[in-house]
Amino acid sequence: MTTDFDRVELSNLSRRFGRRRAVWNVTLAAQGRDILGLLGPNGAGKSTLIGMLATLVAPSSGTIRFGTSDASRDSAAIRGRIGLLAHELHLYPELTARQNLTFFARLYGLDAARIVPAALDAAGLTDRADDDVSSFSRGMRQRLALERALLHKPRLLLLDEPFTGLDDRAVTLVSNRLRELAAAGAIVIVATHDLDLADGLVTRVALIRDGKLIADESAAPGLRTRYRSLLASA
Amino acid sequence: MNVFFNIAFLVFKKDFTIELKSREIVYTTLLFALSCILIFSLTFVVEGQPLAEAAAGIVWIAIAFSGTLALGRTFERERYSETLRALLIAPAPRAAIYVGKLLGMVALLAAAEVLLVPLVAVLFQANLLGQLPLLAPLLLLGTIGFAGVGTLFAAMLVRARTRDVLLPILLYPITVPVMIAGVRGTSALLQDPAEPALAIMWIGILASFDVVFVTLALWTFEPLMTE
Repeated sequence: MTTDFDRVELSNLSRRFGRRRAVWNVTLAAQGRDILGLLGPNGAGKSTLIGMLATLVAPSSGTIRFGTSDASRDSAAIRGRIGLLAHELHLYPELTARQNLTFFARLYGLDAARIVPAALDAAGLTDRADDDVSSFSRGMRQRLALERALLHKPRLLLLDEPFTGLDDRAVTLVSNRLRELAAAGAIVIVATHDLDLADGLVTRVALIRDGKLIADESAAPGLRTRYRSLLASA
Repeated sequence: MNVFFNIAFLVFKKDFTIELKSREIVYTTLLFALSCILIFSLTFVVEGQPLAEAAAGIVWIAIAFSGTLALGRTFERERYSETLRALLIAPAPRAAIYVGKLLGMVALLAAAEVLLVPLVAVLFQANLLGQLPLLAPLLLLGTIGFAGVGTLFAAMLVRARTRDVLLPILLYPITVPVMIAGVRGTSALLQDPAEPALAIMWIGILASFDVVFVTLALWTFEPLMTE
C-alpha cells in the first residue's frame, strides 16, 4: 500500500548525532513541479536532510509531512512514493543492468517484465542490458541508477550529489530527465555543493550552513554570486 | 504474509545469484573453515589418536569462525554502493529483508557444513556421519541461532568504521548459549554408546534459543535500521 501526496513540509526539523547538531530547526516546504536545490558547503547537513526525507534517518525533533501523512506514522506507505539517488548508486555491480532493475522492480511489487525494458530504454542501455554493471562507466551507472530510482514513478525524488564524477554529456542527460519529471508533477529535491551544475536546473534554492537554513527563495541566474552574498551576510 | 515471504525469497535469490557469479564468500568461508580444522587436527590428534570429544568442539568452532567471516563479507557487499539503503527505502516489510539475508547466511553455512562434517569425521575418527538423523537438526538449529543474531548485528554495524572488530565482540558473547547447546548435543552423539535422548534435549533447547533470537531480531530490525 502506498500513499500519494503533492507537497512535502518539514517543520522545525532537527537531528543530533551525539553532541553534534547535523540539522537544526529547519522549516521548509516543496511541492509538485519544484526542483528544489539544497545547497551548502560540505558537512552543512544536506545529506542528513535527504536521509530524513527518505525516512532512513529519524529526526531528533520536528515533523515531516508528506501531503496529509506523517512520516513517523506512515513511513512504509510513504516509502512507496519516494525515489532516492545518492552519490553511491544503490546498484549491485556483480549483477547485470537487467538483473538490477528486475530485482528492484519486484522489491516494489511491480510488473518487472513490462517495466524493465522501458527503464533500460530510458537509460539508453538496451544494448548493454545483459552486461554486468561493474563493466559500465560512471555515466552509464548513473543513468541506470536514476532509472532504478524512478521504476515506481515516485512523487518525491531525492538526489544527493547526483552529478559527482559525470562528464558534461551525462550531466545534461540527467538534468534533462529531472526537468521532465518535475514538469510531469514530481517533487525533485537535489542536494549539491556544485553551484554551477545547480544553476539553471533548480527552480528554488534552500541554502544550508552548519545545519541551519539560511535562505529559502526562488532560483535566479547567477547562483554563485547570490550564494556568496548570502553566506557572507549569514 | 505472502508479500513478506516473496520479499524474503527475492532477497535470498538476489544474494544467491551474486554468490553464484562471484563465489567469493563461499570460497573464503570454506578455505577458512578447512584451515581451522586442519590446524586443530595437527594439535588434537596425537600419534593417530584424537583427543576425546574434541570433534564436537572443532565442528562448532569452525562454524562460528567461518560464519563470522561470511557475515562480514555479505554485508560488506551491501555497504559497497550503499545497496542496503536501497533495500530499506523500498516499501517492503523490513523484517522480510532480514529474513532474506538470514536465509542466505543459513544456506551458505549449511553448504560449508556439508564439507566440514565429513572432514572432521575422518580427521578425528568421530562417528558423525552415523549420527546424521540427529546431527542434521542440531547443526541446522545451531546455524539458525548463530546466523539469526549475526545477521542482525552485521546489518546494524554495516556503517560502523570498526565493524570488523565489533562484530565478533558483540556476536560471540550473545551466541554462547547456542554454541554450548551445539557442542553438548554433538558431544552426546559422539559418546560410546551415543546418548540420543540427551542430544534431543539439546535440540529442544536450541529450538527455544532460535525462537527467542529470531523473534527479537524480527522485532528490532526495523528500529535498528533507522539511523
